[in-house]
Amino acid sequence: MTTTATDIRSSGAGGLRSWLERYPFLPALVILLALLALNGVFSPNSLSFRSLTGLLSTYMALVMLAIAQTYVVSAGDIDLSAGATLSLVNVAIVVLMERWGGGAGAVLLALALGVLIGLACGLVNGIVVAALRLQAIVATFATSIFFTGLALYVMPVAGTPAPALFWRTYGGRLFGVPFVFYVLAVLAVLLYLLSRTRMVTELLAVGDDQQAAYQTGLPVVAVRVKGYLLCGLFSALAAFCLTGDTASGDPLVGGKMTLYSVAAVVLGGSALAGGWTTVVGSLLGALTIGLVNSLVFFMGTPSEWQNFVQGLAILLVLMAGVLAGRRARA
Amino acid sequence: MSSVTAFFKQPLVVALILIVALLYLGQSLSPGFASADQILRLLIVASLLGIVAAGQNVVILGGREGIDLSVGGVVSLSAIIAGNVMNGADGGILPAVLACLAAGAFFGLLNGLGVTLLRIPPLVMTLGMLGVLQGLLVVIRQGIPSGRAAPGLSAFVTQPFAFGIPGIIWLWIAIGLFMAFMLNRTVFGHRIYAIGSNEHAAYMAGVPVHLMRIGLFMISGMFAAIAGLCLLGYSGSSFANVGEQYMLSSIIAVVFGGTSLAGGKGGYTGTMAGALLLVILQGILTTVNIDESGRQMVFGATLLLLMLFYGRGRAMRA
Repeated sequence: MTTTATDIRSSGAGGLRSWLERYPFLPALVILLALLALNGVFSPNSLSFRSLTGLLSTYMALVMLAIAQTYVVSAGDIDLSAGATLSLVNVAIVVLMERWGGGAGAVLLALALGVLIGLACGLVNGIVVAALRLQAIVATFATSIFFTGLALYVMPVAGTPAPALFWRTYGGRLFGVPFVFYVLAVLAVLLYLLSRTRMVTELLAVGDDQQAAYQTGLPVVAVRVKGYLLCGLFSALAAFCLTGDTASGDPLVGGKMTLYSVAAVVLGGSALAGGWTTVVGSLLGALTIGLVNSLVFFMGTPSEWQNFVQGLAILLVLMAGVLAGRRARA
Repeated sequence: MSSVTAFFKQPLVVALILIVALLYLGQSLSPGFASADQILRLLIVASLLGIVAAGQNVVILGGREGIDLSVGGVVSLSAIIAGNVMNGADGGILPAVLACLAAGAFFGLLNGLGVTLLRIPPLVMTLGMLGVLQGLLVVIRQGIPSGRAAPGLSAFVTQPFAFGIPGIIWLWIAIGLFMAFMLNRTVFGHRIYAIGSNEHAAYMAGVPVHLMRIGLFMISGMFAAIAGLCLLGYSGSSFANVGEQYMLSSIIAVVFGGTSLAGGKGGYTGTMAGALLLVILQGILTTVNIDESGRQMVFGATLLLLMLFYGRGRAMRA
């Protein structure tokens, strides 16, 4: 993205700016806390441990998908097929688990294959966008149609149930703690480890200035492909969470989630143009979307108005996310 | 590069060759596909897409990552408004046209204001607006019946109007001529290319960049509104989210027409061919006897293949 206004880094900026630079997800956190408080005002019950656990397990899939999207956005790309990848992995693992009997071994093997399918989808996207140099928006839209076709081939109609072992584990407790918190903990460790790798730095360098990254000697094509691979991996993880939550397969389930994942990335304070992203922000952004939806419900909005109020509220927080993110980068 | 290769590298020429090839393919797969009647039907469907793509085209030409994801929502909204305003009576057509144009311009204005005043990236702004529009559709649907198209409007879209060709195809041709004139012969058109290629330079040269961009989003909203009105005439009554399919297909039509998503380069004539190409491809896939999953896979793969014919990004050079 070429900035038209001259960027002058103000030297005397206060402590707030340095805080924002170090923790770019702060605005998203503030929005999230405000929404939590509002939820508590309208329905104190919605802040109970039980409700929050429910919210987390419902929106964990969107959290994963938003993180998936963040890695491609880091490199200045976008993936409109993330939702279709999620659908494909969802139906594939449900069908495989069912075919292999639904035991623990079957579940684990199906999940392993699910990860491979996600990676394969990411690889396809990486090849068409980075190696064949097609425009990311239209090319990943085309691949999303292809992946949706594959998902429909694997499972023509929605409804095949996932084995009880799988969704009982996801929705249940382990040593008294809801399973979804273990998912969150593993995710946190994974994100921390990834943030220490050279790969993420390279993605950001490519997103910041592709030409400069190339001239510095970075293999730009390979870096962008890796971004799409990460996106495919996290889309597969998103599919696991979704399957745990819905307990069934649906070849079209992810279609609507793609645009929400982009919204969550922007809400979190990342720049869609690339080069400046925050996975923690995207995580908070996805939860924000969930909280907006629950707040609209708890406010007692008439059912026919709920979609409109949700749409309006998400547009407003999107604007806030963009403005706050820009303030942090300025 | 020789002039012959240059000729065959023009997006419009590529699209026209592909159109002829696809028609031939369709005809050989199912005889009668390229008959005059069928081609007219394909042209009607293509004109609906082409009209939406006209607005998408100017927004994309205007650059700064210009894109309008809300067109699908405006198409659906306009179809509902039109159905209710005219409600089956020819006398209601003119008020319906005005109401739809006003609605399209209004949402375009909101998009434009968000993109210019608040400097929200167009993708984000119009994505958010799409959510608002979809919510609005739910509200409207619960409150009032969906309404019907006036017979005059249906006839305009589906029946021969002049020289055996339906009115909507004439309308599309007129829009094509208008766009060609506007983009090539008017100051406004030249300014679109100017802000699309280098916004800062255009600003320095005195182009009212913000007003221009707001105008482009309003044009996009109004073209989507016209398409929604015509879509109502085509289907007789509106149903939920009729316009959803136009969101990304209008962008693909623009890309197949050789307009770069980076802005500042391209035109509408190619987009018209791109819209026709896309519609013919979909037409072939519906005539071939394969199930939905195979159809989608072939469609996705063909889109990717076709994109390879068009301007790919430049390879990195040191």
